[in-house]
Amino acid sequence: MVENIKGKRQKYNEKLEKLAAKRPERQTNFATDSGIDINTVYTPENLTGVQYNDLGFPGEYPYTRGVQPNMYRGRLWTMRQYAGFGTSEETNKRFRYLLDQGQTGLSVAFDLPTQIGYDSDDQLSMGEVGKVGVAIDSMLDMETLFDQIPLDKVSTSMTINSPAAILLAMYIAVAEKQGVKQQQLKGTIQNDILKEYVARGTYIFPPDHSMRLITDIFAYCAKNVPNWNTISISGYHIREAGSTAVQEVAFTLADGIAYVQAAVDAGLDVDEFAPRLSFFFNAHLNFFEEIAKFRAARRLWAKIMKERFGAKNAKSMMLRFHTQTAGCTLTAQQPDVNIMRVAYQALSAVLGGTQSLHTNSRDEALALPSDSSVLIALRTQQVIGYEIGAADTVDPLGGSYFVENLTNEIERRAGEYIKKIDDLGGAPKAIEFMQKEIHTSAYKYQKDIEKGAKVVIGVNKFQMQEERPKDLLRVDPLVGQRQADKLAKLRAERDNEKVQKLLKDIEKVAGTSENLMPYFIEAVKNYATLGEICNVLRGVFGEYQQQIVF
Amino acid sequence: MSGKPIRVLVAKPGLDGHDRGAKVIAQALRDAGMEVIYTGLRQTPDQIVGAALQEDVAVVALSCLSGAHMHLFPAVVEGLRKQNADDILVLGGGIIPDEDIPELKEKGISEIFTPGTSTQTIIEYIESKVG
Repeated sequence: MVENIKGKRQKYNEKLEKLAAKRPERQTNFATDSGIDINTVYTPENLTGVQYNDLGFPGEYPYTRGVQPNMYRGRLWTMRQYAGFGTSEETNKRFRYLLDQGQTGLSVAFDLPTQIGYDSDDQLSMGEVGKVGVAIDSMLDMETLFDQIPLDKVSTSMTINSPAAILLAMYIAVAEKQGVKQQQLKGTIQNDILKEYVARGTYIFPPDHSMRLITDIFAYCAKNVPNWNTISISGYHIREAGSTAVQEVAFTLADGIAYVQAAVDAGLDVDEFAPRLSFFFNAHLNFFEEIAKFRAARRLWAKIMKERFGAKNAKSMMLRFHTQTAGCTLTAQQPDVNIMRVAYQALSAVLGGTQSLHTNSRDEALALPSDSSVLIALRTQQVIGYEIGAADTVDPLGGSYFVENLTNEIERRAGEYIKKIDDLGGAPKAIEFMQKEIHTSAYKYQKDIEKGAKVVIGVNKFQMQEERPKDLLRVDPLVGQRQADKLAKLRAERDNEKVQKLLKDIEKVAGTSENLMPYFIEAVKNYATLGEICNVLRGVFGEYQQQIVF
Repeated sequence: MSGKPIRVLVAKPGLDGHDRGAKVIAQALRDAGMEVIYTGLRQTPDQIVGAALQEDVAVVALSCLSGAHMHLFPAVVEGLRKQNADDILVLGGGIIPDEDIPELKEKGISEIFTPGTSTQTIIEYIESKVG
């Protein structure tokens, strides 16, 4: 077949040349955002050397076409909007609103003090309480957050990293109070600390101690919370920080390799914990490259788990992932245009086979989303799921010469990066290398926009005079005070002697290699606060000092 | 222009970890011939004031996307004033709602740059004020 095409290709190229002489192409060259050159057309010639086996069937190694045999014909992806602001009362209201509107999973956004392990009344928390997420100081807040939400029915994703073990302990304790057993709990904690050092910045402890907390969670959950995804290895923030799609795949999987290696080194059996690893990717603007990215990541991870770590359980080789549309592509100019950006990004995630999806809201370059804008974002997913037929066959772009070619190319280029990171001693040692690569890409992206080489509607093309939307969400400025009052009351009413003893226990165990999870659970049940526990750990572990790279 | 490069401190006050914008601007200012110091993450207003004085900068450029700008930006201006350094130009950037901008300017932040601003606009602004 390819021979036959070669002859026809020559004629086609002649035609193209003649045409170009008369009417030059729109751009001097075409490339994806990762810099992969794009041809005028793709044919089977571009797939030479790729066997159908490397593609396989959905639900079969190497899972290029999806992790389940029937994908969305069985069940749609989980529609999971990332939400949280102000107090736990306000966020509980937003959760119930979203569930009433047909959302199928929860996703908690915590405020920065919570993410960095400070109580709301800490000096460093001033001005930040309840701003980018909900403020959680103790189990009391967590009880309010999930009030009237049955934790045996709904799955919850919590975007929490450095203090993930403590928030998971609170979740387990709240469930128990609701009468729900740990074994019944379904959900995910992000728990991806390497990405924090590389791209997002909400770290607390130095890498070694952070990795120990992570392996404690792996070990505890493997025994006690078997349906919990113990980590969501996140490329999302790497991409938001400015990486390309290729770098997103490479750096995320390199982080994944580091977690698996740490757990294996801690004596865990790979097939015992690896089935509960999950991933989190970004859906950016370059539509076909994004679809290919998801497929390439899945295939690359399957090979890594099988060939590098000797996994035997098929589930250990399946890369399951959540996707969020790209916040950094949203513009403050003409915010309604963001609705379209999000829709295409969401479609790329679905065509790429995501297991769960968050769609961003149109007003997010201006503020946290309002009720009306988050509703449109959720409806966007529902249109893709129920109206346009995108979920009716598995991997609909499988076999597209273009998409298969891009998938191969992303896999190849990401593989080269992973090799480079291996040579540097693995992801924890390559943090600065990754930061530098990301910054270089971010700077190039900005320059391309300023040169007009990259079009952003409303920013560098088709600008217009416009008024800002009026219904933006404002977080109540008194939330910090309210949380501080609540804490004062809590500290006055709880059994402080017991709390002090439990904090001492944590301090003692932190210095050994014993699993910390049971101690965290006991402490939060007695209303020890997040800040108190993290301060004890800071005393034992120390704090991470950032290297400044740009 | 005096011929001596303009010195700028790019700073991330508060707990916000999103530093893509801060780093991109730091690099753009450097490429435009300025001397740029970047503080890194999680700086208190006091630390930023200290660094500005120690580095003898003409400009402090603050970046914050967490919504804590009303607390953090004026605290930096106030800190500089207390050190008799209110000749230092203070700029702010990030996700800043329109209605907050007049109050920030009243409190001494010279200009606020919101998403979509080109690095060239910021360079030209700095050069016009301290060139």
